Amino acid sequence: MDRPPIVEMKGISIEFPGVKALDDVDFRLFPGEVHSLLGENGAGKSTLIKALTGVYQLDSGTILVEGEERRFRSTAEAQAAGIATVYQEINLCPNLTVGENVMLGHEVRKRFGIDWRATHRLATEALAKLGLGGLDPRRPLSSISLALQQLVAISRAMVINAKVLILDEPTSSLDAAEVAALFRIIRQLRDEGVAILFVSHFLDQVFAISDRLTVLRNGRFEGEYLRGDIDRATLISKMIGKDLDALKALGSSQPTAARDRSATPLLTAVGIGRKGALQPTDIDVHPGEVVGFAGLLGSGRTELARLLYGADRPDSGQVLVNGEPTHLHTPADGLEHGIAYATENRRDDGIIGDLTVRENLILAVQAGRGWARPLPRREQDEIVREYLTMLNVRPADPDRPIKELSGGNQQKVLLGRWLATNPRLLILDEPTRGIDVGAKAEIQEEVAQLAGDGMSVIFISSEIEEVVRLSERIVVLKDHHKVGELVNGPEVTAQQIVELIAEHDDSAEHAPLSEEAA
Amino acid sequence: MNNRARSWVSGVVRRQYFWGIVGILVLLMLNTIKKPDYLAITMNPATGNLAGNLIDILRAAAPILMIAIGMALVIATGGIDLSVGSLMVVAGAVSMEFLKAAGDASSVGAMLGALGLALALSGILGAVNGVLVSVVGLQPFVTTLVMMLAGRGVAKVITSGQNTSASNDPFRWIANGYLFGLPAVFLIAIAIVVLVSLVVRRSALGLMIEAIGINPQASRMAGVKPRGLIISVYTIGGVLAGIAGVFAVSSAMTVDVSRTGYQIELDAILAVVIGGTALIGGKFSLGGATVGAMLIATLDKTVVFLGVSSSATPAFKAAVIIVICLLQSKRVRTFISRRRARGTPPPRPVEPLPVRKEEVPA
Repeated sequence: MDRPPIVEMKGISIEFPGVKALDDVDFRLFPGEVHSLLGENGAGKSTLIKALTGVYQLDSGTILVEGEERRFRSTAEAQAAGIATVYQEINLCPNLTVGENVMLGHEVRKRFGIDWRATHRLATEALAKLGLGGLDPRRPLSSISLALQQLVAISRAMVINAKVLILDEPTSSLDAAEVAALFRIIRQLRDEGVAILFVSHFLDQVFAISDRLTVLRNGRFEGEYLRGDIDRATLISKMIGKDLDALKALGSSQPTAARDRSATPLLTAVGIGRKGALQPTDIDVHPGEVVGFAGLLGSGRTELARLLYGADRPDSGQVLVNGEPTHLHTPADGLEHGIAYATENRRDDGIIGDLTVRENLILAVQAGRGWARPLPRREQDEIVREYLTMLNVRPADPDRPIKELSGGNQQKVLLGRWLATNPRLLILDEPTRGIDVGAKAEIQEEVAQLAGDGMSVIFISSEIEEVVRLSERIVVLKDHHKVGELVNGPEVTAQQIVELIAEHDDSAEHAPLSEEAA
Repeated sequence: MNNRARSWVSGVVRRQYFWGIVGILVLLMLNTIKKPDYLAITMNPATGNLAGNLIDILRAAAPILMIAIGMALVIATGGIDLSVGSLMVVAGAVSMEFLKAAGDASSVGAMLGALGLALALSGILGAVNGVLVSVVGLQPFVTTLVMMLAGRGVAKVITSGQNTSASNDPFRWIANGYLFGLPAVFLIAIAIVVLVSLVVRRSALGLMIEAIGINPQASRMAGVKPRGLIISVYTIGGVLAGIAGVFAVSSAMTVDVSRTGYQIELDAILAVVIGGTALIGGKFSLGGATVGAMLIATLDKTVVFLGVSSSATPAFKAAVIIVICLLQSKRVRTFISRRRARGTPPPRPVEPLPVRKEEVPA
């Protein structure tokens, strides 16, 4: 590829209060190429996109577009320069028609107002270019499927003559046939010379569509590779930041499972699933056992946890607690059966920001008692003292609003909230994400300790070696279904799990793999 | 002034409803300027009952006080209740019809029956609001807007469109009687405010209302069941509106189906906002709502006393309220304290408000 890059970002740094979101990151985008941006959650992919499209301002670094230094102050400016973005949550107006959405801001004008006939004709042409000639531009957008809406969003980008098209998780809500159709269009645009920046957590899709890959990790540039030059396992190890040898070396100190699995499990799920979230899955958890869920973000690990807790209603399958069939339809049901779920998303699903540390700590216990039986002050004080000390929360001031605490300390308070309910099964979803190394070790020790005391734990983490170190049994998930289950032992390595995840999926789900021009 | 006293004073000043109290005092001062003996309170030597403008304000404050307390709870859950005025008139209508049918002008039993019927009916209508919001999932604004229209319709059906009057002395006593020299209606209202505050703060109701108002999703994940809570809160709001309706109709023993409780929901929302509860829900202050309600009552009386022409009344009211809201706003307060910190310099051209840098999400 000897053409000059259409976009070149050099030494990009962006700092948010207390966090370096991007640290000296380089990125280039060539015309006529699909370039995938890869990295774990929080690696800085979205931040980089937002830096390019003018949502965030750079703290340092330069952006060259067609060789000229640019600094966009808004997405409108970036669009005017030919950079269009199609987000995961489609940014169109569902109450307008398809044609209005395609042409919004570019309507054809005549002397009195808008020439709707000409506008719709242009919209039809734009849609036809993407093979959507049959779609009536007068239909309301909300009446067509999500996949079609995605394509409408791309048509809209093409109307503004975008030279750079950014697709952020475009396939997350599409089925296999829709993905194939989308990929056809992406290839067509690429062959017309559009530069495409593709972000997806489906590795198979990334390998199917990309010409070039850039990996970010913890806000740093990890490497840029041509698709043919790197294999999946290496790519995953770059994303999670452990080299292959280190991954292999791990797994010497992990728990060996000498557990009797003939007894009644604490929790059994048979064929539990939910459309669009998780394909029917079986799982057992025995008393005092630590079960790890390994898998990348979006693999179904959080979806499974939510079904086991009752946060979402399953539409297939059955959950048994101590052998008894149970219906877990709300989180309150989960708590009543001794299941607690510390969520992955601390801000939206965890803390009640304006309430104090004390109120946040006692909330789940109080919810279990109902509002009419308030927890006596003395018992509140006991819970507060016990967990603030045990989890080493700083500052240890129970009457401060929780939103004033650091992320790691909020996480500890939330852990305390769940422990205070005395659960028999504690589900920890990414409990160590976004917190410093010291707090991470404390939480890992805590998990081992709890299991030693007889509590069952489901441990979910993107850091595979962490799962291997803590779990007796490892359930591996990928693309919304369980792909394997390993009983941990000296022979089990993180590498083995990475290979399970990286393994080719021949279930016809990723048909576009077969035809590739390269 | 020593340090402790100073920090106490600054604590009071920082309270959201501080400016509501200032507003009440300023209005009373205005009235005193117009008529120096405005604040005078006289005692009827025969009965020991107090009389005067202040006493009138207390009496007038009772219904709005009830409505404001209920509204504060509903708003804290992230909702709103526009139907309170209509629930008032339903309660008023049903009690008047019952008393008229009972006939006996001195029966305490009839009074209790009317009271029970009024509160039960308004409570049921409040519960209907709650069910529509929490079970059916309608927006609170739309739900209670419909109830606002339907309620007044129900009241007209109950009275066959007439402004029904009745006579029953025990019922009349509620609005016009005295206890310990003070208007009974005000004492009853304050007792109910105290009771509601105790129930809300001594049980875990307040905590849970705030939790679902601040972050409904996280509250659900923590096992809070929002359904029952929301139904209870709208039911409490309905019962309080019913009490306000009884207060309103018992003073003249007549229900005016088109005027009773008309637009009181707007006054109540203002009272809640002046009291420092944000309309987006979350932390609430019943004390603040009480101050807000007292301010609205004082304002209503002042408008009449100052002889503001009835056509200018809404504008005058709006002007007073906007000033208080401005004084409460964070931006204006930062601006004022910054100017004060610079000392009070000779008049300078007013500087534009500093443009705050957009906060970046972490």
